[in-house]
Amino acid sequence: MSKLLEVKDLAVSFNTYNGEVQAVRGVSFDLNKGETLAIVGESGSGKSVTTSALMGLLPKPQGVIKSGEILFEGEDLVKKSNKEMQKIRGKDMSMVFQDPMSSLNPTMKVGNQIMEGLIKHQNMNRSDARKKAIELLDQVGIPNPEIRINQYPHQFSGGMRQRVVIAIALACNPKVLIADEPTTALDVTIQAQILELMKNIQKETDSAIIFITHDLGVVANVADRVAVMYAGKVVEYGTVDDIFYNPKHPYTWGLLGSMPTLDNADEELYAIPGSPPDMLNPPKGDAFAPRNKFALEIDAVMEPPMFKVTDTHYAATWLLHEDAPKIEPPESVKKRMQGFANSGGDQ
Amino acid sequence: MVRYILRRVMYMLVTLFIIATLSFFLMKMLPGSPLNAEDKLSEQQQAIVLEKYGLNDPVPVQYVKYIGGLLQGDLGISFAFSNTPVTDILMDRIGPSAQLGAQALVVGTILGVLLGLIAAISHNGFLDYTSTVIAVLGTSIPNFVFAGLLQFVFAAQLEWFPVALWGDFKHTILPTIALMIFPMATAARFVRTEMVEVLGSNFITTARAKGVSEPGIVFKHGLRNALIPLVTVIGPMAVSLMTGSMVIEQIFAIPGIGEQFVNSVMVNDYPTIMGTTLLFAALFITIILIIDLLYGLIDPRIRISGGDS
Ligand SMILES: Nc1ncnc2c1ncn2[C@@H]1O[C@H](COP(=O)(O)OP(=O)(O)OP(=O)(O)O)[C@@H](O)[C@H]1O
Ligand SMILES: [Mg+2]
Repeated sequence: MSKLLEVKDLAVSFNTYNGEVQAVRGVSFDLNKGETLAIVGESGSGKSVTTSALMGLLPKPQGVIKSGEILFEGEDLVKKSNKEMQKIRGKDMSMVFQDPMSSLNPTMKVGNQIMEGLIKHQNMNRSDARKKAIELLDQVGIPNPEIRINQYPHQFSGGMRQRVVIAIALACNPKVLIADEPTTALDVTIQAQILELMKNIQKETDSAIIFITHDLGVVANVADRVAVMYAGKVVEYGTVDDIFYNPKHPYTWGLLGSMPTLDNADEELYAIPGSPPDMLNPPKGDAFAPRNKFALEIDAVMEPPMFKVTDTHYAATWLLHEDAPKIEPPESVKKRMQGFANSGGDQ
Repeated sequence: MVRYILRRVMYMLVTLFIIATLSFFLMKMLPGSPLNAEDKLSEQQQAIVLEKYGLNDPVPVQYVKYIGGLLQGDLGISFAFSNTPVTDILMDRIGPSAQLGAQALVVGTILGVLLGLIAAISHNGFLDYTSTVIAVLGTSIPNFVFAGLLQFVFAAQLEWFPVALWGDFKHTILPTIALMIFPMATAARFVRTEMVEVLGSNFITTARAKGVSEPGIVFKHGLRNALIPLVTVIGPMAVSLMTGSMVIEQIFAIPGIGEQFVNSVMVNDYPTIMGTTLLFAALFITIILIIDLLYGLIDPRIRISGGDS
């Protein structure tokens, strides 16, 4: 498989009045053509910051890339100027955001907002861009696109607006589509429709998707591979099967344990105790250790490296060290894993 | 839409009637009588004059007569310039006031928007602080101070412009500047705040994610959204221009409505005071109507809801 995007040891900090917030501390992953990578993790774990960095959209001047490389088709995006990034954004990489109610310009017709990218990146004239915009609206499932194209965002419902945002992102056939919690703000039935739409689009256009979500159910449904983030780092990384059937990191156990499924509705949900560390002063050693009942002594002193589980599966926990005691996931999590295995990974 | 405007005009007329009533009775409470200045008149002469202008009637009778005239578009006859109808006086004097007001509003708003825009783009930078200082000075220092300062520097010292009086375009420059300071400062502060907020909003990130260039972000996506709410401060600005004109026209000895008003109050020229008050009131109410219509025109969210009903 050809690597489209390779992120190597990316570190991002924010300079604030209180000091340096180390939001992302050495994240690495790669993305192949046409695949879907899900990034999951608690609020504040650095998912959005990572993807903003990929797009070159970190808030300036506070947000800085401290180190690392973002290789897109072999070229390092970190080294590119804002002007050069403008040519990549919207064309090779584009983004769908969390809140469809506020992510469209309220005073610009929806059609113009879609056409903008086409005119800029593909040198289309207005009438061609218009035709293409109508096609796109149709493609994302908006009825009467010829009429809708002349309307303003407030004339659309939340789900319809998110479809428009997706149409904008898709306009120039991007190679990478980043979706930052695209369904969180929508109600459940609309969520399912949007996910279905994104899956179909991926089949048609063969673009790679980075899908950020809190919802492990969504991950099982859409992703090929999963990166689990905690405190600005990827702590476990593997295929969907690796993560759901054979999770190795206690944090991943916690996430799986706290996920409601149909057949455990009456059981008590497992909650990860405590709260994430303060990224102003990230702890020494393993950042998850204070919340981890399986923590080893070494966790307090030294950060675990990425251990290889299989060719596709990596996890950063000392439990994988050959000298570590053999520890099994807690019973409730095991049952959950069993549940996934039975449901056969949905579609 | 037409029905909406008609209804609004109805309300305007009612408002004007209330204002006319209130100011009529308020004016009757002014100390002194129109004859104060003319001490030379004998008792008898005074009685004749009072009789002639109907000032011997009881106040309610005067009121009914006045409103009756008003309904026929008659504002009465000035006491001070004998036998000149108030309407003629106002017509004579509206030109200079309108010119000054329009110039000050247009130039002041444009400069203010630019100033606010520069401030917002260099958010917390040097230019931001500079324009904030200008804006704060502009809103807090009274315009007669500026007027005096301008006269001193540019007329008395540098002799670039005439000190006062009305004539060609050159005469309008200093009073326009003095008058426009407030609208400029108001617009600058307003646009800065709005623009900073708009530039931080999600749809700007969406535009950036599309690859829109920085000028495109600022002008195409930012400015329009930041300017829409500016329409709401045009009302207060217009008021400041009207009240400002009374002072500024006096200082620069400009034969406008504001100067007329001040002079009429001094000599208790009742019909002229009433006429000027009503003119200002009518102007203000009209401006508010225009603002409301304008708002619907430039903000699509309002346009639609207004059009459907
Ligand atoms: N502009 C900023 N200035 C300072 N700190 C920031 C800024 N943006 C993000 N951070 C910090 O970076 C860390 C990671 O934030 P990020 O938004 O990436 O989290 P997330 O994983 O996307 O969370 P969520 O699931 O809530 O969206 C947080 O600790 C946050 O406080
Ligand atoms: Mg986020």
